[in-house]
Amino acid sequence: MRNIFAVAGIVIKELYRRKDFYVLFILTVLVCLIMASVNIFNDKQIVRYLKELCLLLIWISSLVIAITTTARQIPAEREQRTLLPLLAKPITRTQLIFGKFLGCWLVCGLVLICFYVFFGALAASRDHTWPLLNYFQAAFLHWIMLGVVVALALLGSLVFAAPSSNSTICFVIVATILTVGRYLDAVALAQPEPFRSMLYVVYFAIPHLEIPFEMRNLIVHDWPLIGWNFIGLYLLYALAYTAAFLVAACLVFRRKPVN
Amino acid sequence: MLALLVFCFGLGATLQPQFQALENNRHQSNDFFHLLLGDSSRMLANSFFVKADEYYHSGYYPTIFDNNEAFKTPHVAEDTGAVNSKNHGEETSFMGPPRDWIDAFGRHFIPNRHTHLDEGGPADDLSTSDNVREILPWLKLSARLDPDNITTYTVTAYWLRLRMHKVKEAEEVLREGLRNNPQSYEILFELGRLYDENYHDADRARNVWQLAVRYWLKLTPEEQKDDKLLFEQITTHLGQLEETAGNPTQAVNWFQAAQKVSLTPGELQKRIDSLKEKVTDQPQLPVPKTTY
Repeated sequence: MRNIFAVAGIVIKELYRRKDFYVLFILTVLVCLIMASVNIFNDKQIVRYLKELCLLLIWISSLVIAITTTARQIPAEREQRTLLPLLAKPITRTQLIFGKFLGCWLVCGLVLICFYVFFGALAASRDHTWPLLNYFQAAFLHWIMLGVVVALALLGSLVFAAPSSNSTICFVIVATILTVGRYLDAVALAQPEPFRSMLYVVYFAIPHLEIPFEMRNLIVHDWPLIGWNFIGLYLLYALAYTAAFLVAACLVFRRKPVN
Repeated sequence: MLALLVFCFGLGATLQPQFQALENNRHQSNDFFHLLLGDSSRMLANSFFVKADEYYHSGYYPTIFDNNEAFKTPHVAEDTGAVNSKNHGEETSFMGPPRDWIDAFGRHFIPNRHTHLDEGGPADDLSTSDNVREILPWLKLSARLDPDNITTYTVTAYWLRLRMHKVKEAEEVLREGLRNNPQSYEILFELGRLYDENYHDADRARNVWQLAVRYWLKLTPEEQKDDKLLFEQITTHLGQLEETAGNPTQAVNWFQAAQKVSLTPGELQKRIDSLKEKVTDQPQLPVPKTTY
């Protein structure tokens, strides 16, 4: 476990050095503050459009950071020729994969803390309320979902040739699931066989990342808390997919030459 | 060469006023959105109007994959009472039963109950009915993107005036709508309501409503047939105003005009009969005639 945490620590330190997070965070803050300064019929309590915009920007930024950070981990080690010396140390390939995953996932967690603290402050400046448990549920589910994305991107970094192609494919897959994942079964119902069966297979096979994404509406419109049992069930569901992608990544990496 | 130059100059001088008239007729705007988006701003304006309705329902809203028969006319407009509703079916169950276990599980993470913001929203707390303010940014954006859409102005003014008690802002919205749509009887009707119900200025309300009637009468017969509801509302309000002002003759005239288009002429007849008992020798205003 020490090896895994050591690798994860290096990934987290890399976050401080790179500009991705700072640029995205400052952009999000700027856009939200500009939108907050708009006068809407002299009413200073209107807040939901701000919350929706802020949450959308948080989702886009977190996905960019998660996928780009993860997609370059293994390829960067290979390009800088640090992969062989790293594996010469008493660390297994599986530990390296898990260390990279844990580091990228913790990076996502830290990023989300910063973004959601800003979101909470922005909402409270108009709302004058602090629904902390609701925000915690949203942020926690968001982080869990990013774990699946990070595992997927890590698997992709071992399968695809370049980080750019891996990033693009991951973005396309994730964006497609977020926008139409919930409705694939409805579309399948309207199709003739065998297309219907194919769509159903895709629908049941994909990780339903849109569930935390659509939870934004509950936060924006001040709906009550979700039952904790459902949060727990989604946690197990997402962990299962994360584990599956990580196991696949380990199997692929075991057979891959490192030079 | 000189003849050609003279010819070109003359042609330019002849064509310039015609192009100018064409541009004025197209209501070209120097607005940022129109410069950037052109005519596609109208499409976006409609999306934002629907977004306002989505906010009115606190996020519980059908997508293109759901049954949206009960949402053809946005409820945020329908509840103002000023538009004809095209809604059918049940508005509370457009999602239908869950299609599978994933759908059933996912419904715990989305808004899953029909509510209206002005009726308490998801918390069913009537003290939070002021939260209907949250639809205003989308209505404002929709009006900016499509200044020719009259419904946006009337709906925005309704919510500002009646629910948010922001009369001055409602008047500004209506005046902006009139600047962009000078002959809109719908906006004039709302403006008249504002003068009558909020400023209690009967004379201004009367003038504005009479102007609205004149504009309505200028419509083609087909257009008049499509919007009898608003004519009835305008004439009924004029009748009530005259009745309150102590002019029963004029009130009778307006109610008779409303009767011609009303779906409940019997109710209006009762009012006319009670007013006729009060009629004295007063000069009669001409009864506006519809042309269909």
